[in-house]
Amino acid sequence: MATYGIGRVVERTLEGRARGGEHSLRPLLFLGALWFCLFFALLFLVVLVATTLLDGAARLDLRLFTEFPASAPERAGARPAILGSLWVILATAIMAIPLGIAAAVHLEEFSNQKNWFNRFIEVNIQNLAAIPSIVYGMLTLSALALLGIANKNMVWVGALALAMLILPVIIIATREALRAVPLEIRQGSLALGATPLQTTLRNTLPAAIPGIATGTILALSRALGEAAPLLLLGGLVYLTFDPNGFASGYTTMPIQIFNWTGRPQDGFHELAAATSILLLVLLVAMNAVAIVIRNKFQKRW
Amino acid sequence: MVIHTAVRTGASLPDRPYGQLECEHVDVYYGSFRAVTDVSLPFGIHEVTALIGPSGCGKSTLLRSLNRMNDLIDGARVDGRVTFMGEDIYGKRVDAIEVRRRIGMVFQKPNPFPKSIYDNIAYGPRVNGMRVDDMGDLVEEALTKAALWDEVKDKLKQSALGLSGGQQQRLCIARTIAVKPDVILMDEPCSALDPIATAKIEDLMHELRDEYTIVIVTHNMQQAARVADRTAFFTAQVDETSGDRTGVLVEFGKTAQIFENPQDQRTEDYISGRFG
Ligand SMILES: Nc1ncnc2c1ncn2[C@@H]1O[C@H](COP(=O)(O)OP(=O)(O)OP(=O)(O)O)[C@@H](O)[C@H]1O
Ligand SMILES: [Mg+2]
Repeated sequence: MATYGIGRVVERTLEGRARGGEHSLRPLLFLGALWFCLFFALLFLVVLVATTLLDGAARLDLRLFTEFPASAPERAGARPAILGSLWVILATAIMAIPLGIAAAVHLEEFSNQKNWFNRFIEVNIQNLAAIPSIVYGMLTLSALALLGIANKNMVWVGALALAMLILPVIIIATREALRAVPLEIRQGSLALGATPLQTTLRNTLPAAIPGIATGTILALSRALGEAAPLLLLGGLVYLTFDPNGFASGYTTMPIQIFNWTGRPQDGFHELAAATSILLLVLLVAMNAVAIVIRNKFQKRW
Repeated sequence: MVIHTAVRTGASLPDRPYGQLECEHVDVYYGSFRAVTDVSLPFGIHEVTALIGPSGCGKSTLLRSLNRMNDLIDGARVDGRVTFMGEDIYGKRVDAIEVRRRIGMVFQKPNPFPKSIYDNIAYGPRVNGMRVDDMGDLVEEALTKAALWDEVKDKLKQSALGLSGGQQQRLCIARTIAVKPDVILMDEPCSALDPIATAKIEDLMHELRDEYTIVIVTHNMQQAARVADRTAFFTAQVDETSGDRTGVLVEFGKTAQIFENPQDQRTEDYISGRFG
């Protein structure tokens, strides 16, 4: 997005010069500043990725996947954190996807959009999407306190916070995907004697699935990289067993990274870098899948 | 393929149609805006009735009120009676879903579902819970009636969105036929199509008349003359007090009479303006 914007400005500035219109210094300075910003941002990214790769490449081996955390870096691995991340994301998906899609379908297909209450909800979903993730951690924490649940370190508890975090994103993405399905499709279905519910379930929703999948995958990738709410919910633990269920104790990759970077030994920093690479690869892969789905199914009508 | 070019004489038609579907003093409102007023019109069984008139005179509005598609528009309301086989389709005991199954609709822009050709046809029977012995047969029958079978029989599993506009529109007709309606409403079904595709659809209407009651909205005078047994001419009247442009029925009769011997000056002006 940002690069696109800059590209446009550059294009226009160059166009202006080509037409011989603008010879003053200011547009050039502005252009230079933009390029510098872009360069700076990219530089950071490149340096970050490069140092991570350099630091972590040595430890990006099988041990990372098979070993448990240990007091000596040579013997340590991220196995429970990797499994924990998978469990947490799975639980998050189970909680957030059906609820998010159902909410979006209700808002988009069935609710009366002129009703003040529905408009109020709509505005607030937009707002919720912009709330810092730690707030959801605090919310979950207080909910647990109210329910009198003392053991916070359970997969479903962390997933609950993450599900709330990505719920607005899924709702917004699903609504947009539903809105992209032409009205004529719904009319065609209703004109054949289908009920509104049948129309939604058999026609509108399936037609919107690519858009929903794209939005959902992006939302899950955000949840995968989150550490803040989980730290608050006691996700920072020293695990010597495999997380093996929704009520199991867990830690996740971002938390494991956070933990290892805090240690003094270089060996742990290497481990943190290796885990970061793994996390990066996962995130890039998820984003790539989302983009592929989006491009493949774009503009079908 | 026979292309019918002559105006239908209607010599064999009864003077007054046996109205399978009938409007009685129908007013249609959008909120407080009255789009159509006091339309009384019988749609003859196994006849093609054309609705013509200038843009904005409420043809689509009236058409949508015939199968309760207007129910889906916020604020739309129908006064008066629309009867189907003698029963008021807006009556308390009547289910709008059932009305739409019996009175199908084909839209201006072809709107195939983003599914396979086969699933497009099978969709209606499935959602209606129709008992079908062999869905394959039913799909073939519907596509054959819509004169599309030969063109698509080898690619039933392919997406309907890959068809040409004309094929898509015939698919939409086939889809409507598949639920075995009694009436088919068509709102400018050819306006997005080229002349050859249009001719195919017009031919199709000649075939379908034997089994269905057809109501078609068209802006194409020649088309109305070619396909319709009877024609209803509408115009928009400006209400002095409210300033609303409200659609009224000016004249209704056998197509030959409307085109060759209009009784109302406004009909004559409209037809000669477009025809001559
Ligand atoms: N959904 C709607 N909400 C409010 N007003 C509408 C709606 N649809 C149509 N109208 C109004 O009703 C009147 C009749 O419209 P309608 O579409 O029925 O005309 P038409 O005869 O079909 O015109 P055309 O030949 O251009 O299709 C117009 O004044 C139009 O603005
Ligand atoms: Mg119209």
